Amino acid sequence: MSHSHEPTTFLSKYVFSFDHKVIGIQYLITALFMAVIGGLLALTIRYQLAWPSENVVSAESYLSLVTMHGTIMVFFVISMGLVSGFGNLLIPLHVGARDMAYPFLNMLSYWVMVPACLLMIGSFFVEGGAAAAGWTAYPPLSALKDAVPGSGMGQTLWLLAMALFIVSFTMGSLNYLTTILNERTRGMSMMKLPLLTWTFLISAIIGILAFPALTAAAVMLLFDRHAGTSFFLPAGMYFEGTGVLPNMGGTPLLFQHLFWFLGHPEVYVLVLPALGITFEIIAAFGRRSPFGYRTTVYSLLCVAFLSMIVWGHHMFTSGMDPRIGEYFSIVTVMITVPFSVIGLNLIGSLWQARIRAETPMLFALGVISAMGMGGLGGLYLGTATSDMYFHDSYFVVGHFHLTIGTVTFLALFGGIYHWFPKFIGRKTNELLGKTHFWLTIIPMFAMFLLMHLQGMGGIHRRYYDVTQYSYPNASAMALMPWISYLAFALFAGQLVFAFNVIWSIFRGEKSSENPWGATTLEWTAPSPAPHGNWPDKVPVVHRDPYDYGSDGVWAQNVENAEGQA
Amino acid sequence: MTARSHLSAGFLALFFVLLVIAVVGGFGFKTWLPPVASEHGAVVDKVIRYTLLTTGLVFVVGHLILAFFIVKYSRDERGTAKRLSPGVEARWALSVAFGMSIIAEVGVLVIGMPAWAAVYGEPSPDDVVVEVVAQQFGWFIRYPGKDGKFGACRPELIRRGDNPLGLDKKDPASADDIIVEDELRLPVNKPARIVLRSLDVLHSFSVPEMRVKQDIIPGYTGRTRFVPNREGTYEIACAELCGLGHYKMRGLLQVMAPQDLQRWLSEQVPAITYIVD
Repeated sequence: MSHSHEPTTFLSKYVFSFDHKVIGIQYLITALFMAVIGGLLALTIRYQLAWPSENVVSAESYLSLVTMHGTIMVFFVISMGLVSGFGNLLIPLHVGARDMAYPFLNMLSYWVMVPACLLMIGSFFVEGGAAAAGWTAYPPLSALKDAVPGSGMGQTLWLLAMALFIVSFTMGSLNYLTTILNERTRGMSMMKLPLLTWTFLISAIIGILAFPALTAAAVMLLFDRHAGTSFFLPAGMYFEGTGVLPNMGGTPLLFQHLFWFLGHPEVYVLVLPALGITFEIIAAFGRRSPFGYRTTVYSLLCVAFLSMIVWGHHMFTSGMDPRIGEYFSIVTVMITVPFSVIGLNLIGSLWQARIRAETPMLFALGVISAMGMGGLGGLYLGTATSDMYFHDSYFVVGHFHLTIGTVTFLALFGGIYHWFPKFIGRKTNELLGKTHFWLTIIPMFAMFLLMHLQGMGGIHRRYYDVTQYSYPNASAMALMPWISYLAFALFAGQLVFAFNVIWSIFRGEKSSENPWGATTLEWTAPSPAPHGNWPDKVPVVHRDPYDYGSDGVWAQNVENAEGQA
Repeated sequence: MTARSHLSAGFLALFFVLLVIAVVGGFGFKTWLPPVASEHGAVVDKVIRYTLLTTGLVFVVGHLILAFFIVKYSRDERGTAKRLSPGVEARWALSVAFGMSIIAEVGVLVIGMPAWAAVYGEPSPDDVVVEVVAQQFGWFIRYPGKDGKFGACRPELIRRGDNPLGLDKKDPASADDIIVEDELRLPVNKPARIVLRSLDVLHSFSVPEMRVKQDIIPGYTGRTRFVPNREGTYEIACAELCGLGHYKMRGLLQVMAPQDLQRWLSEQVPAITYIVD
C-alpha cells in the first residue's frame, strides 16, 4: 500500500495493478468496450422495430438482443463505467488518500469483473442463444427452456455472469465505504467531502444493502433451473409437448420482489454518482460553490432511504395486493421531494455563477435538463393509477432511457472530459468535444422524448413487430423509423468521441496540475498523478470543498490566507 | 476562448428554449391517447392530464430559468459567486419540496385513488363475471353459464383440441361453461369482473382503450374490473414478455348491447360437449 513500493513490471503496473487509478482506467476502458457492444445491439433492435417486415433478425434473436442490451448497458456499462470507473479514479484523490483502503481487493474486483463480461458476451454463442427473458429475467419464462429457447444455456451463463458481477461490485462498494470513512486525510471532515464522494459513499451503501437480494434471487433461480426446486415455479404449469410440469408451491411474484428490491435502488446507485459528477463540473466551470451543499447531502441521504422502500412501483400491475400498490405509490412519489431539492440546488448553483461553457460544463448542464425531464416523467409511472395505462409501454422505455441512460451517459462523457487532463496529463480537443456534445444530446433527447409520445399512444414494449396491432395512435407508430434514424446518428456521433480521446492521449495539449482552476484535492496532485498520488506529503484540508469567492479561489488544502476567516 | 465559450452557452440556452417549445407542442397540442372507452378510464385520463399540466409547468419554468441563468451568468464578471446563508438555502429547499410533494400526492391520492379503488375494490354482485385464461400465445375466454359458477379445471386434463383448459367433466358446475378462443364479449355499461389465469408463464391482460392492464401469474387467480362504456371492437394485447409470440398474442374485445350478448351466449354450445372421453 505504501507508495514507496512502486510496481516495476508491466504486469504489476498495467494488468494486475493495485493502483486505484490504473484500476479505474481499466474499468472505464472495459465499460466503453461493452458500451460499443450494447450500442450495436441497440442499433439492431432499432432496425427491426422500424422495418419489421424485413425480418433482419428472428423473433428469438430479437428477445435476446433486448435482454442483453438492457443487461449490458445497466450493469456492464453504466455501473462499471460510472461507479467502478470514476469511483476508483477519484475517491482516494478526493479524500486525500494514497490509494483505496484495500488495494488487493480492488485489483481482485476488476479481475472478477472480466470473466463476468466474458461469460455475458459468450452467452450469445451457446445453443438456444443468449438469455431472452428480458433484463428483468422474470420466471417462469427465465426458468424453463420450454418457455423460450434463450432460457437454456444462455440464461445459465447470464445468471453466472450476474453473480460474478455482484461479487465484484460488492468488493468495490466495500472498498469505497471503508476508504471514504477511514482514509480521509487530516482536516477532511464528512461535511468537507466533495459532493461526488458523498454520492459514491451513498451509492456504495445502497449497493451493499440491495445487491444481496439479487444474488439470492439468481441462486434460487439457478436451483429452480438445474436442481428441481420450485422457489419461483407454481404448480400446474402446462406446456405443449412437455405437458404439466412437476413443480409446485413456488411463486413468480417472489422473484419480482427480490429483483426490484435491488433493481430500484440500482437506479440510484447509477444516478447519484452521475449527479455527483455534475455538481463537481458545475462548481468548477460555474466558479461558485454549489447552492445548498448541506441540503444536497441530506437530500441524497433521503433519496437513498426512500430508494430502499419503493421497489413495488415496478409491480403495480403485477397482481400483488392493490393496497400494497397504493402504499408504494405514495412513497414513490415522495422521492420527488428530495429530488426537487437536488434539482433546485443544481439550477441554483448557476445563480450568480461565472459560467465557462466548455465541453464538460455543456454535458453537466445537459444532465440537469435530462434529470428534470426524467424525474418529472417518473410521476406518470409512480402514480399507480396512470401506471395502469403506461406500464410496459414505450413511455417506460423512454423514461428509463432518459434517467439511467441519458443522465448517466452525459455524466460519464462530461466526467471523462473533465478529468482526462488529470489522469492522462493532456487535454481533449475542445472543438471535437463540443461537436460530440451536440451530436449526443440532440439525438438522445429527441429519441427518448419521442418514445414517451409512443407510450402515450399505447405502444407496448418488447414487441418484435409492433405493426401487429391497430389500436396505437397512427402518429405514434409513424415515429418508429425516425427514432431509429436518430439512434444511428447517435451511434455515429460517438466516433467523434473515440477519435478525440485517442488523438488527445498522444497529441492533446499538455495540461497543468489544475487546468480548470478547481478546488478539490485531486487538482493538487500532478497530472498525471503518480503512484501514491502526491509525490511528497498528502495534502491537509483546511477549507470547504468549493471555496470560490468573489475575490479568489482556494483549493481545499490552502491554509487560511491573510484576511480570510 | 471566452468568446467561444459564451457562444456555446448561448447555443445551449437556445437549445433549451427550443426543447421547451417542442415538448409543450408534442405533449400539449396533440392527443396521443387512444380514445377512452371505460368509466374508470376517464379518471385515468384525468390523472394523466393533471400530471401533464403540473409537470409541464415545472418543466417549462425550470428550463426557462436554466436557459436564462446560462445566458446571464456566462459573461465573465457578471456573477459575484455570492453565497446565501445555509438557512436561506434550506428555506428555498423546503418550499420547493413542499410544492412538489403537493403536486405529486394530489395526483396519487386525490385524483388517482378513486380509479384505483374502482378497479381493485370489492366486487359487486351485479358484476358480469368472465374468465380469461392466457397461454403462449393466445387467450381463452370462459363464461360460467346460467349457474354463474366456473367448473373446476385441472392442468393434467388439458388436451389441445378438445379440452384446452382441462375442464373437469365430473364437476357439475362445468356442465354449462362456454369456452371460446381469442374473443371476449362484454355488455356495455355493466361492470365486468375479469378473472385471470395463466396456464404457463407470466402474461398481462392489456386493453389500452379500457385503460386496463393486469399481469397474469401462473398459479394465481387474479382479477381486474372495469365498466366498458362504449360499444365497439377493441384489441387485447399481452403486455408482459411471455416468449417468442408475445408480440402477436392478440385478442379481441367486443363491447355490445346486453341483449346481443345474451343472444350470442344462447347460441353457444357448452364446452363439455366437445370433450372426448
